Amino acid sequence: MRLAANGLSLRRGVVEVLHGVSAQLEPGTITAIVGPNGAGKSSLLMALAGLLPFASGDVTFAGQSIAALTSRERARALGYLPQSADIAWDVALETLIALGRMPHRDRKREPIDAAISALGLDSFRGRPVSQLSGGEKARALLARVLAGEPDWILADEPFAALDLGHQLALVEHLKDAARAGRGVVIVLHDLALAMNHAERVMVLDKGRLVADGAPESALDPVIIAEVWGVKAQWLGEAGQRALVARAGDE
Amino acid sequence: MTRASLVFAALLVLLVPVSLLAGRVWIDPFAGAGEGPQNAALILMELRLPRAVLAIVVGAGLGAAGAAMQGYLRNPLADPGLFGIAPMAALGAVASFWFGASLPPAMAYWSLPAFALAGAALAMALLALIAGRTASDAAGGAGGGIALFTLAGLMIASLAGALTALAITMSPSAFALSQIVMWLNGALTDRSWSEVAIAAPLTLAGVVVLALAARDLDAMTLGEDAARSLGIDPRRLLWLLVVGVGLTVGAGVAVAGIIGFVGLIVPHLVRPLTDRLPSSLMVPSALAGACLVLAADSAVRVLPLVTELRLGIALSLIGAPFFLWLLIRMRRGQL
Repeated sequence: MRLAANGLSLRRGVVEVLHGVSAQLEPGTITAIVGPNGAGKSSLLMALAGLLPFASGDVTFAGQSIAALTSRERARALGYLPQSADIAWDVALETLIALGRMPHRDRKREPIDAAISALGLDSFRGRPVSQLSGGEKARALLARVLAGEPDWILADEPFAALDLGHQLALVEHLKDAARAGRGVVIVLHDLALAMNHAERVMVLDKGRLVADGAPESALDPVIIAEVWGVKAQWLGEAGQRALVARAGDE
Repeated sequence: MTRASLVFAALLVLLVPVSLLAGRVWIDPFAGAGEGPQNAALILMELRLPRAVLAIVVGAGLGAAGAAMQGYLRNPLADPGLFGIAPMAALGAVASFWFGASLPPAMAYWSLPAFALAGAALAMALLALIAGRTASDAAGGAGGGIALFTLAGLMIASLAGALTALAITMSPSAFALSQIVMWLNGALTDRSWSEVAIAAPLTLAGVVVLALAARDLDAMTLGEDAARSLGIDPRRLLWLLVVGVGLTVGAGVAVAGIIGFVGLIVPHLVRPLTDRLPSSLMVPSALAGACLVLAADSAVRVLPLVTELRLGIALSLIGAPFFLWLLIRMRRGQL
């Protein structure tokens, strides 16, 4: 079911962090939101998740304004993975993942087990989260979202604390979720990850959507120079690109 | 019933008879009629039993409030005192020592609990005012709602503390002064069924309100944003917390004075026996709080001291070292 932002503007205090952002997001694909620090990426993601009220415009899910959904309906449809991996209590991994069932008010075994298996966490079920490595914890938190069986997964920098191997493993898990028909939207800092793994890239700059489309066109060196102020060049072949960048004023 | 609830319920069942028999006068349950100490039945029914029931009520309220506060603030060092409700209730009680003397005798008896409850209600009203602001700030995206709210609670507590100190230094008479100081160190000495009648319904209502918040508190394990994405309404949660903690702590202070550390310690005793989610802690923490206060109150009665050790002091003497031990364990990353 489609998720869309229509002319979305958003304030935080007196600062306007998004100006008239519109985008139709398609399920079954991975969309990356990129941009410099303070561009409004996380705000856009939270607004899409229904967690920030907007000054004007609307976010619609399956054609219906998300403001019209109850908080439980919204929670069932839109799974949100915040950037912070801070877990307050040293619960067992399985207990953590079962929290994903809260919007359904049940602790149904199958989706919990499916999420644990999908992320290869079967041998860690009873392990306290304090004894998980960074990569295992990141997978556990994604499994928590999957356990709620949301139509959409909205993840804020899920790769931030991960080494290369774990980044690629998590990318594959997100691709699996997209192949299963879920919509996946991720906020990313790493442009090469966006280039190689997203099907669509939205570039935000100072709260405005300045490019939106296939990665090769949205992350064109001209756009990177404009938005990030760096001279950039893509190396390698499509799907295996590497980015070389120099400060723009050299 | 969960394992933790069973453990502490069983402990409570063992503690109640001990508490009824222990004291300056030991009662022998196997003595025939007329053999035991004089007035044994009277001591039991009019002194020991209401005191034991009150210990259970106050302890249960403080235990449940502590579990809820730690869950809400996502911090194992949180305590019901952080909202400033207990200090405000204490300030109300201190005020009653000022004004109480000028009231007619019939009202004077009720003035202390009434003033204390009014103090707690005032703290809750202030918190509600700030909560309304905080929630609208959060809606505006300012964030940090919980931290702001906690700071506000601490400020209310500081203000109440300062006003209490002022009331002490300017106390109208030496007698009033000694009454205030005695009372600020909570105790259950010489309490009757009328205190039970005040505290029990309010505490029960408070625990029910906190129980309504239990599942929402579980979601807070993942942080405020993730909790909202799971469908939790932060404003509703805050209201449940303020009302629940206000009722339990306000009722406790109104009948027993300030009894610290119970809300802080008890969730730590319970947590290892559960899956560590806040909802799993609520009922066992109420039972464990009842056990702790009942045991401590029985202990202060039998200590061979000239005057009875105040319960509030006794629990602080246990509580402060426990807190230090907790901090050391946290430094080692064992929590």
